[in-house]
Amino acid sequence: MKSRENKYFYLKGIKMGIPIGLGYFAVSFTLGISAGNAGMTAGQAMLASFLVNASAGEYAGFTVIAANSGYIEMVIMELIANARYLLMSCSLSQKLKEETGLLHRLLVGFDVTDEIFGVAISVPEKLNPFYNYGMMTVAIPGWSIGTYLGVVMGNILPTSVVSALSVALYGMFIAIIIPPARKSRIIAGLVTISMAASFLFTKLPVVSGLSPGIRTIILTVVIAGGAAILFPIKEEQHES
Amino acid sequence: MNHNIYVYIFIMFAVTYLIRVLPLTLIRKEIQSKTIRSFLYYVPYVTLAVMTFPAILDATASTWSALAALAVGILLAWLGKSLFTVAVISCAVVFVLELFLVR
Repeated sequence: MKSRENKYFYLKGIKMGIPIGLGYFAVSFTLGISAGNAGMTAGQAMLASFLVNASAGEYAGFTVIAANSGYIEMVIMELIANARYLLMSCSLSQKLKEETGLLHRLLVGFDVTDEIFGVAISVPEKLNPFYNYGMMTVAIPGWSIGTYLGVVMGNILPTSVVSALSVALYGMFIAIIIPPARKSRIIAGLVTISMAASFLFTKLPVVSGLSPGIRTIILTVVIAGGAAILFPIKEEQHES
Repeated sequence: MNHNIYVYIFIMFAVTYLIRVLPLTLIRKEIQSKTIRSFLYYVPYVTLAVMTFPAILDATASTWSALAALAVGILLAWLGKSLFTVAVISCAVVFVLELFLVR
């Protein structure tokens, strides 16, 4: 029975979603602190988290809000910060059965994150969308409520705790970029060059006067673009 | 000029959702251009690295605690620890060090 299979995958998804949701809760708490610092209310930050579901994308967005930068800059920031989801969704589109309906595709697309993508892509055969729905059922509330509490409690907590929590997001970014860097010398080199260039950009005249968002965009396009031309990926790196 | 926070949030949502949902709904075949695929493949690593350093140094009360958290985080990630573990232990490093570094 189709519905029995859907139920099986939904429950399995919930189970896989529990560690994801707990991790999200901790990380989104610090995201909430950033949102609070950017001048957002807890409700606004929770709405952003519920709708966007992206750590780097939201963090980048909050820096745009904090700087009161233009809407165009926000569009470009989100494009850059979330460009990797384009790749993940391309991969996922191959993983869904061809007859999967539009509504399922729209719902799965709502919460393509590093973690959910990682779990979804690891199923042996075709992906049942209900597996994603199960994960989303736990992950989205964890993410949204964590953000809300981050704004509310970020100002109540002792500064030592807030200071410590502020590195959680960076810890998460590191956990995403370092394991592939260990496997690929090209990525290891790129990460090193990116950090060095980013550091220089905060010190050099002219470019240090640009907003952090614009600096990120310039560095990403130049470094990733250069790497794409110099080191085009081999085919098998793309097969998931 | 002041910007409306809900317009900001809507832009964040709309752009991010389109990025995720367009490939799922429109592209049934893989992108053919090797250069575009390579670029998309490298983008997350470059963006996240650029956003992490040197911004992490200003995130905490002490530059040294942030530097230590960065080093420990890289080591743990290198050893294959989970995203959650890396994030939590980085925080713990900052918390413990700042008991001594920050007065």
